Amino acid sequence: MSNDTLSRRNFLRTTGLGSAGLFLGLYLPDAARAMIMTEHEALAADVYTELTAWVLIEPTGKVTLMCHRAEMGQGVYHSIAQIIAEELEVDLASVDIKFAQGNEKKYGSQLTGGSSTIRGSYKNSLKLSASARVVLTMAAAARWAVPIAECYAESGHVIHKPTGKKFHFGELVVEAAKLKAPENIALKPRSAYKLIGKPLHRKDTPMKTNGSAIFGLDKRIPGMVFAAVERNPRLRGKIKSFDDSATRKIPGVTNVIKIAMGVYEMDREGVAVVATSTWAALQGKKALKIEWDDTGFEHVNSLEIFSKQRELLKTEEGRILTTQGDPNGVITQSKDLLDVVYETPYQSHCAMEPLNCIAHHRGDTVEIWGPVQAPNWIQDYISKKMGIAFEKVIVNMTFLGGGFGRKALTDYPHEALVISKAIGLPVQVVWTREDDATQGPFRPGISYRCQGVIDGNKNISAIKFRMAGQNNDHFRSGDNGKANRSTSEGWLKPYFESIKNISFADVTFKTPIPTIFWRSVYASTNGFAYESFVNELAHKSGKDPLEFRREHLKEERTQKLLDKVAEVSGWKNKGKGFGMAVTECFGTTVAQVVKVSKSKGGKLKIDQVWAVVDCGWYVNPDIIHAQVEGAIVMGLGAATIHEITFKDGLVEQHNFYDYKMPRITDIPPIEVHIMENNEDAGGIGEPGLPPFAPALTDAIFDLTGKRIRKLPFDMASI
Amino acid sequence: MISLNVNDQNFEIDADPDMPLLWAIRDLIGLTGTKFGCGVAQCGACVVHLNGEAVRSCVTKVSRAAGQNVLTIEGLSKNNDHPLQIAWNEENVPQCGYCHSGQIMSAAVLLREKPNPSDADIDMAMAGNICRCGTYPRIRKAIHMAAELSKKGGITK
Ligand code: FES
Ligand code: FES
Repeated sequence: MSNDTLSRRNFLRTTGLGSAGLFLGLYLPDAARAMIMTEHEALAADVYTELTAWVLIEPTGKVTLMCHRAEMGQGVYHSIAQIIAEELEVDLASVDIKFAQGNEKKYGSQLTGGSSTIRGSYKNSLKLSASARVVLTMAAAARWAVPIAECYAESGHVIHKPTGKKFHFGELVVEAAKLKAPENIALKPRSAYKLIGKPLHRKDTPMKTNGSAIFGLDKRIPGMVFAAVERNPRLRGKIKSFDDSATRKIPGVTNVIKIAMGVYEMDREGVAVVATSTWAALQGKKALKIEWDDTGFEHVNSLEIFSKQRELLKTEEGRILTTQGDPNGVITQSKDLLDVVYETPYQSHCAMEPLNCIAHHRGDTVEIWGPVQAPNWIQDYISKKMGIAFEKVIVNMTFLGGGFGRKALTDYPHEALVISKAIGLPVQVVWTREDDATQGPFRPGISYRCQGVIDGNKNISAIKFRMAGQNNDHFRSGDNGKANRSTSEGWLKPYFESIKNISFADVTFKTPIPTIFWRSVYASTNGFAYESFVNELAHKSGKDPLEFRREHLKEERTQKLLDKVAEVSGWKNKGKGFGMAVTECFGTTVAQVVKVSKSKGGKLKIDQVWAVVDCGWYVNPDIIHAQVEGAIVMGLGAATIHEITFKDGLVEQHNFYDYKMPRITDIPPIEVHIMENNEDAGGIGEPGLPPFAPALTDAIFDLTGKRIRKLPFDMASI
Repeated sequence: MISLNVNDQNFEIDADPDMPLLWAIRDLIGLTGTKFGCGVAQCGACVVHLNGEAVRSCVTKVSRAAGQNVLTIEGLSKNNDHPLQIAWNEENVPQCGYCHSGQIMSAAVLLREKPNPSDADIDMAMAGNICRCGTYPRIRKAIHMAAELSKKGGITK
């Protein structure tokens, strides 16, 4: 069978090898096609084709679903199942879910980032599940010799309506696998959904309330040992020499090895201590005496970083990402220019589960178990870096105790493999909180220069945005000479309709600090600058910020969103202390209103946050609420509580005592609403974060007249 | 050899007396529900009960627990049906879930001492537990719900 025949047909067949069940897959290059094959065929087909294998229905009727993406809190472990159960007609409670191994051929990209899992796969999942249901129904109808129209599927059974006879799916899989699914199967209209759109309980919750969920750090492999690594505290440093005599005296310590971990294109040196328990490894790490070699690269300081960015923004035009009209012309002629700079800090991800990874180097095959967001990137990196065949790099995902972008990097799995190779045993490398907080990569710190002009009608006639900050892509794929493609991330497209002269540019700024995406990526910082600036222009023109948005965001969907946020927040009759912002991120637009007040003692406090989410089609409204609540809490921390700073090339924060987190005592009431429409699905894990900081700072301006242009700021100081 | 009772079971472990209880429970006894988050008594991911009191096992030497009773998340109930566990499921509290063993163990002591906690009581008892995913609004709700539930059943642990 050639690729061609497989790719052109939407078909069902059996190999005659005796089937263990019905595997459902998708042919990726033309993902609109659903395929149903026996397990043997699915496995065999993998040799020739790019066939996925998502769902297995066994002859017993048991349904197993492969979760091909990372579950790090955002709920895909549950949501994918909620989608498939809908069109397949099985009971969600009875579906088993397993994490898939890294296999891009089968599952497509498994990078869990860009809030992409549901929006990227739901249409295919619906079609795939519906096709399976239809062929199962056809198989039952054939066995009963009745018209298909008299049969329907429900709760994992096909039922013959007139007689009430039924088969469970497992009884039908062998025959169903021989059938061809018709083209153009009608999918349920939203009104007919029994599961989708309902706030169902997540299937991973019970495991997370009794300690049975297995996170990376909880995984155990027979014969496994533990390791901790002291890495050069400066981001590109090496080792001059080290003394491990004290370390080797610690009971349980078995090996001390100098290693290098690949961080993007550079190597970071460290000393690994291998031991029979985590504690012994950590003690051994503490007892090391290392002399570092920190020559050959700049020892950065935060103050210099940000003053250099400001300096550059004074004169540099930068690389233009996008432009329309003639913003420069309007700006040069304006006598009343608003020209301000915003500043956003470096941030650490500090997922609750510190980085960790188990690796076993077995010569020509290597295997990894851990909390990873990008199994395919690991396969790719390891195969190139260590000279192992791509398919011999086996990556197993566990639950992630948070990820936020950091766990997409390949450094910590690589390091674990380097250690395993040296000792010939499976090893779990445990990062301390201090390692996790100080070593990055970080969200880049960025300065933004924003210039804008208001016309005679009190509307924006020109805007010019320039950012100076590190480009995450440069670490992954080098400087291609182009502007940072994320320079306009967060900014709503309908603004381009109303603002005739506008440009976005990226002023190249580099440091040796490794950076990476952080929940909502550049929207998290762009959003603060750009939406704060729109608020400032609104005030300058004497207009209400929400009305000002209505005038500049004419598109119907956005108007509805603005209406809704006005309605739920009581904007029309609001008093003092209200601020708002609206941003777009990964296909979803979120508007937020924040209300602040001061107590009699003069203490500033957030009274309430309202968020309205337009994510189009959605699966589980409760998960959306949870993600937006969580994103707001994370946004609150990044805006008012913590930042990563550098001094002499060293990170100045270490753990939760100096990189503080929002706590239960800091959280205002949060109200989340979802727009109902039939648009395509947008992302959910990240888009709730960007509008919070600009809405908060405008609320503070509304109450106090104080304009905040630099994050983070201390609420107590206002 | 150090002997300790964890979740009503006796264990003899060969541990450095200075080893934190956290690592003894995880690595030597093999119960991984108790989590490592900071190692310095800042985050509460490692909270267990020592003779009924909430302690941060990352800074509690295993020798301090010798001969004592330790309760971990795995022992809180047999069937995941402690009122807090029921409420956590009802309110869909966990996101990544990593912090919640510690959150629930902290809340369990609160409920035992204050069967009807006010928001201020919850703030006091729970301020030591960080949730990076930001599930705080739901933690508060679920504790109130668990208080209601336990009026019916009563809480012993
Ligand atoms: S791990 Fe013990 S308090 Fe954080
Ligand atoms: S649920 Fe992720 S840290 Fe609390």
